[in-house]
Amino acid sequence: MSTIQLFRTGDTPRPDVIILAHKLTREYDMGSELVRALRGVSVQIQKNEYVAVMGPSGSGKSTLMNLIGCLDTPTSGEYWLNGQKVSDLADDELARIRNKEIGFVFQTFNLLPRADALHNVELPLIYAGLSTRNRRNRAAQALERVGLGDRMDHRPNELSGGQRQRVAIARALVNEPSILLADEPTGNLDSTTSSEIMDVFAELHRQGQTVVMVTHEHDIAAHAARVITLRDGVVATDQARAA
Amino acid sequence: MPFFEAFLLAIQTIRAQKLKSGFSLLGVFIGVASLIGAWSIVNGVNRYMTEKFAQTIFGVNTFQLRRRPVFTPNVPDSVWRAWQRRPRIRFSDAEAINEGLTVPVVTAWQSSEHVTVSYNNKEARDIELTAASERYFDIKNLKIAAGRPFTAEENRSGAPIVVLGDAVAKRLFVDRSPLGRNVRIGGVPYRVVGVVERQGSILGFPLDRFVVVPALSPAQNLVNPPGILDAFLVKARSDPEMREAMSQAEGIMRSRRHLRPKQDNNFVLDTSEGVQQFWAGISRILVIVLPGVVLVSLVIGGIVIMNIMLMAVAERTREIGLRKSLGARRRDVLSQFLAESTAIATVGASFGILAGIALTLAIDKLSPLPASVSPMSVVLGVIMGAGVGVVAGVYPASRAARLDPITALRQE
Repeated sequence: MSTIQLFRTGDTPRPDVIILAHKLTREYDMGSELVRALRGVSVQIQKNEYVAVMGPSGSGKSTLMNLIGCLDTPTSGEYWLNGQKVSDLADDELARIRNKEIGFVFQTFNLLPRADALHNVELPLIYAGLSTRNRRNRAAQALERVGLGDRMDHRPNELSGGQRQRVAIARALVNEPSILLADEPTGNLDSTTSSEIMDVFAELHRQGQTVVMVTHEHDIAAHAARVITLRDGVVATDQARAA
Repeated sequence: MPFFEAFLLAIQTIRAQKLKSGFSLLGVFIGVASLIGAWSIVNGVNRYMTEKFAQTIFGVNTFQLRRRPVFTPNVPDSVWRAWQRRPRIRFSDAEAINEGLTVPVVTAWQSSEHVTVSYNNKEARDIELTAASERYFDIKNLKIAAGRPFTAEENRSGAPIVVLGDAVAKRLFVDRSPLGRNVRIGGVPYRVVGVVERQGSILGFPLDRFVVVPALSPAQNLVNPPGILDAFLVKARSDPEMREAMSQAEGIMRSRRHLRPKQDNNFVLDTSEGVQQFWAGISRILVIVLPGVVLVSLVIGGIVIMNIMLMAVAERTREIGLRKSLGARRRDVLSQFLAESTAIATVGASFGILAGIALTLAIDKLSPLPASVSPMSVVLGVIMGAGVGVVAGVYPASRAARLDPITALRQE
């Protein structure tokens, strides 16, 4: 972590680098004006890092999050995810990458209200094309991993906020993704539940999971080993914390 | 996501939202139910016409020599007047054909009129009196339930005897046996020698309100002027033999009437084909009108489903965004919503099929119309129902598939 390898256009990243962003820019054409949300962001994140991305609103952290999550493509620059250059992939290929490599955890949980916990966790596996039995087994394992083995047939409205977010985390983990990408994961939770969820992230990180978390709360970011701060579309600070 | 799985998911959604789904599948329901109901009536009447009706009126492999056709729908006055000017069929015509035909046939004379038949102080009004020769019962396939038909000898001698239709026997004699009793027709007493089996009804018309007397009995004066027949019935053993007999009869009649080669026949050789053509005309109209009704309700059904699906896409924008972020490709989202609209339409079509079959059975039981479910209409109902679902789902589903996951996820 201490020695960040210099990356030049045309290089391939080292195998232990999970995320490599090289001079990423993202511009939005808003009709009358051109909004430059990212103005050249270069970041490398290695396997099993726990990184928090911070920054005030308008700093470009959501845009960066969308690019890292393969929900969007950059205007220029390169983005490598787990050894694969994804910055110039087409829609359907991006969908496949999202399915295999990324586990999303959202602020608002985004669970399907009419489906039980098990089916919610199953969703990514449906798009991965797994058989029903296989899906059930893996979804059940993922729910057990987040401590909800006894809540599989509960619907979201029968679960507490913390439990819902655990279901969402189980859903993010079920495909064994390269990175767990959390967007304000505690934004809708009270402080007790928040720390519970942060414990889950810490445990997953301890087990070897790479975690990238976007937040604007300092005490949440404090759980991460490394904090990247964005300001005006560029990286302002990038520092490792003493654990 | 495989289509089948999406379909199951859609069925769950429908079950979860019963009322909304109920309304959305109403259009397809009505469309398919009316398709099957109407088709079944046409189908049932069709079968009735070809299998029973034509043969009840004419008999199998039978033609009739007449002045004009039995069924004369929509005939202009001029044609009607021309028919009225034609010479009538005479006893002598019938005898000439009987002698001239080389094909083995069974023949009968027939003349009919509506009369009142009475027994003591009881009356049966508006009864069809048929003056016929003895083979009439064979040709019309009228089975004798009690007593006997009359004989050739009785026919020739013009014996005052009568065979009653079932309804007439019941009306005049209730439970007693009419055999050997004298009924009065046109003031003349006729001894009852037989009663015909019950014939039922056809398209609501009762078939048992008739009596048959020998062609040369006194009643011949009630039906026609002397020496005149309504129809001469000829029954052959097979269709080709009937055709042959018809062409021979035509030749005999043309020579008796002294028609030159270019002159048209001034008589008809009528067969059940005439009735069937008449019915085919009606069913063709139905076949043109019917798809119109069905089409309108299916189009309405399709529009309703399309609207419901557009609403569903709008309501579930976040879900779509979520599914995309979890790895759903465009075609996954597309097939999910297509499956849902197809499921709605198919469920509607299934209920429509059940209702259509129930309607058919009800019509068959409760109305004079014979109706029977056509398997083809069921197949078509399913196909059209599902088709409407697919067509109505394409636009909403493609809108859903095109949604940008970031915008969709951000939507409240």
